[in-house]
Amino acid sequence: MSIVVEHLSHIYLEGTPMAKVALRDVNLIIEDGEFVGLIGHTGSGKSTLVQHLNGLLMPTSGKVYVDGVDLTDKHTSLRAIRQKVGMVFQYPEHQLFGETVYEDVAFGPRNAGLGEQEVEARVKEALGMVGLDYDALKDHSPFELSGGQKRRVAIAGVLAMRPAVLILDEPTAGLDPEGSADILGKIQALHRAGRVTVIMITHSMEDVARMATRLIVMEHGGVVFDGPPREVFAQVDRLKEMGLGVPQVTELMHELHSRGLPVQTNILTLDEAEAELVRALELRRNGTV
Amino acid sequence: MALFKSITIGQYIPGNSTIHRLDPRTKIIGTVLLIVLLFMVDTFWGYALAALAIAAIVHLSEIPPRLVLRGLRPLFVILLLTVSLHLFMTEGDPIFRFWIVEVTWQGLSRGIMMGVRLALLVMGTSLLTLTTSPINLTDGIEGLLKPGKRIGIPAHELAMMMTIALRFIPTLLEEAEKIMKAQMARGADFQGGGLLQRAKSLIPLLVPLFVNAFRRADELAIAMEARGYRGGEGRTKFKELHFGRRDAIALALAFGFVAVVGLLF
Repeated sequence: MSIVVEHLSHIYLEGTPMAKVALRDVNLIIEDGEFVGLIGHTGSGKSTLVQHLNGLLMPTSGKVYVDGVDLTDKHTSLRAIRQKVGMVFQYPEHQLFGETVYEDVAFGPRNAGLGEQEVEARVKEALGMVGLDYDALKDHSPFELSGGQKRRVAIAGVLAMRPAVLILDEPTAGLDPEGSADILGKIQALHRAGRVTVIMITHSMEDVARMATRLIVMEHGGVVFDGPPREVFAQVDRLKEMGLGVPQVTELMHELHSRGLPVQTNILTLDEAEAELVRALELRRNGTV
Repeated sequence: MALFKSITIGQYIPGNSTIHRLDPRTKIIGTVLLIVLLFMVDTFWGYALAALAIAAIVHLSEIPPRLVLRGLRPLFVILLLTVSLHLFMTEGDPIFRFWIVEVTWQGLSRGIMMGVRLALLVMGTSLLTLTTSPINLTDGIEGLLKPGKRIGIPAHELAMMMTIALRFIPTLLEEAEKIMKAQMARGADFQGGGLLQRAKSLIPLLVPLFVNAFRRADELAIAMEARGYRGGEGRTKFKELHFGRRDAIALALAFGFVAVVGLLF
């Protein structure tokens, strides 16, 4: 299932004095199985862009196709599209409303018109995916849970629709390091199992460097870079100019390189950095440099 | 933003006219006087003079008259209802009858007068909100209620409540839109269905909205206390209200006008 975005532009409050261009001429094709990291400064249009991918916002001009279906066509069932393209908003726990965890997670599948048996199976599966104990929690009020658990229930509420594409807007914002690593791990596991294509908005360069297969960088409503993280993070200066930056290890390697240590700079993770440093230091000890 | 683009909060039009610069207390008292006047007069000349006074204030306020008239639009149905009720329900000398309805001269004149009264009321009071910013308005209300403190009216607290309410309307709207979108992403439908279905479909919107509003209220209370807020006692103001000569003249004029027109017509 692919998502195609053609010449997409969006203007908020068009035709009023407060009109604001949020997206200008964005073109993208997102293929099945990708893990897309979407980064950009606040106000660069990331959130506006992803809201077009399931028809929550309609383009001012341009087209969006999901699985070949034109979302701007009046006859398109947006409900059906939203079952396929699941969206987890920022702080999704602020949208919990169910009396019980079960009721809340069941909201999506029920709206899809599934039978109660199927709904139950979906709820069980979704809570399992986010690592929550179905039997222990299903009858609890979601408001009694801890912050991290609430977030997981909210994410389960989207996963219960079995979306083929999962869009996440800063899924770890406001969580402690452990909770955050846990949620990212669950997302990565879903992606690795081939269950979902992931599009994730984040401000953590480390997270995208580790997880994403493709990185899209936005600025002023347009796409500036689009490619594998290793290529994109090579643009250290340009990224810094945009107020973004690169993973800390990448920056460290750049710094070492500029001070004369012969290391590769296209390093994204700690393990890669370790291997590269050992290699460079051995070269130096052997006196070849 | 997109879902709620048709809603505008407050209708203050910034400006620097004579009316804008009046003390908000003067404007509030003036508006009350206008309301009193409109309920006192009962003749054509009385309404004509009141309309003339409103027109003069509109002119002084430099607000485009069409904006003042636009305030009548949401009242169209009520206006129509008022006029027609009086038109058909008043007994007197018939103009014509049709089936069981009877239109009388008395009904016609009462209907028109009631309609005009309502229209003038709305236009006159909307002038207050058009020329006074919400903050000034609450300041004015606080100022006017202050003497009531002795008999237990919490003037400052009421004003603070109004200020906070006004401040959080845009925040709540924004939040409502976010929650709606999140639930729509899970297949919620806020438009379709019958009345009961629609009411039910609001639960996923209203529950989180209330939960978040209470959380926000808690946080705001703590933030205010952390900055030393302890109610109105001994609190000073950055912007003091100033009742000047202009206000004295305006009030004197208003009182005089209402007394003369109200008693004579």
